[in-house]
Amino acid sequence: MRVRFWGTRGSLPVSITADEIKGKIVEALLAAAGRNLSSRADVEDFVARELPFAISHTYGGNSSCVELDIGTDEHVLCDLGTGARSFGLYVLARKGPRMPCTFHVFMSHLHWDHIMGFPFFPHIYIPGNRVVIYGCHAGMEEAFRRQHAAPCFPVDFSQLSAHIQFVRLEPGRRVRHAGLDITPKLQLHSGDSYGYRFERGGKAVVYSTDSEHKTDDSGATRDVVEFFRNADLVIFDAMYSLADTVSVKEDWGHSSNVVGVELCQLARAKHLCLYHHEPVHNDPKIASVLQETLRLEEITRGDHTLRISSAYDGLEIAL
Amino acid sequence: MQVTAVRYADVLVVAVKGRIDYMNAEEFKAALLPYLENCSAGRDQVVLDMSGLEYVSSAGLRVLMIAAKEVRPGKGKLVAVSLQPVVREIFEISRFTLVFDLFDSVQDALRALSPRAAAMSHSG
Repeated sequence: MRVRFWGTRGSLPVSITADEIKGKIVEALLAAAGRNLSSRADVEDFVARELPFAISHTYGGNSSCVELDIGTDEHVLCDLGTGARSFGLYVLARKGPRMPCTFHVFMSHLHWDHIMGFPFFPHIYIPGNRVVIYGCHAGMEEAFRRQHAAPCFPVDFSQLSAHIQFVRLEPGRRVRHAGLDITPKLQLHSGDSYGYRFERGGKAVVYSTDSEHKTDDSGATRDVVEFFRNADLVIFDAMYSLADTVSVKEDWGHSSNVVGVELCQLARAKHLCLYHHEPVHNDPKIASVLQETLRLEEITRGDHTLRISSAYDGLEIAL
Repeated sequence: MQVTAVRYADVLVVAVKGRIDYMNAEEFKAALLPYLENCSAGRDQVVLDMSGLEYVSSAGLRVLMIAAKEVRPGKGKLVAVSLQPVVREIFEISRFTLVFDLFDSVQDALRALSPRAAAMSHSG
């Protein structure tokens, strides 16, 4: 299974600014001073090996959308934030507009940042495509229809050419769809959100975004640890600092890197991927949060090593 | 996990020892909060001596946040001292260094909070 991140930003899509790009170029040129970088290959090697990620790349600004590539003809996504547009264009480029496609989409919840990519997902305008949207919220179809109607959008939902279907799932009930065993879990978030544990061929991926994990509730913590148990990858909402989540941003429905490390350590998960980045954080800030999280794992490690990454638009993780 | 206290004049030095995680955070809360009942301007001030604290998880930090909020309306002073290196890093990573004034030792905190308490601890 391969996991591709198309949108990793929380709450609101953002774009890197002109000043930030200029700053990256200045840093890169300063780092290159005195080097003999006379060929393109030399430059590419220097960029790949010696520049920090936050200078040579960007974490990106699309809102939530993650693809689980299980190697079949059908496509599996989590959430339809603005990253869904990039994903759709990628599929179009690979398969062309005439190849009918099936998409299975698992919705964490229906807040705007998680559905706003749907109107720009090209395949919904092409006859022959099938989009199956799964979720646990009663108002799921209504939320998509309302977004796709005046005055929010010029094209009404009824005009979409693809076959679009909504499937209601039940929290805690394991089901099989799209070649995956899927267990949804209710999470703490305004209006509720749902995490998903996806299993296939002995591998497990947990998608847990927009969830406030209050670790002082030992019963709830035990439940989450079981949900994460031995997962190969946990995609985790680490939007805020711990201090924020227990003070000014308490009950805002998001978690921290610190809680992500603790839960994954307790669950003996293999890989924690920090996700749903705070939109006010720039690349150096997200990189510094990753460094701190790596250090936290190091100083609190028992007999289990947890790998940690920070998601960016374009990241691919092979399991 | 152990919580004990010693009084120096108007300052209560509360020593926290052991490890605090999600399993014993409630116990820590029950042990700590009674020491904060009189923590307000003109009354008690509280120093958390963390020299014996080996580890604190998010659940323990949440209790510390509750403690900080508890004393805020009465303008009480609650500070932390002598953090072990691991706990200090956990404070930094979780941004709790923005929540608590930190001191290197009990003596440093007493000098900053109450000369009377500092003198008493020195003589005693």
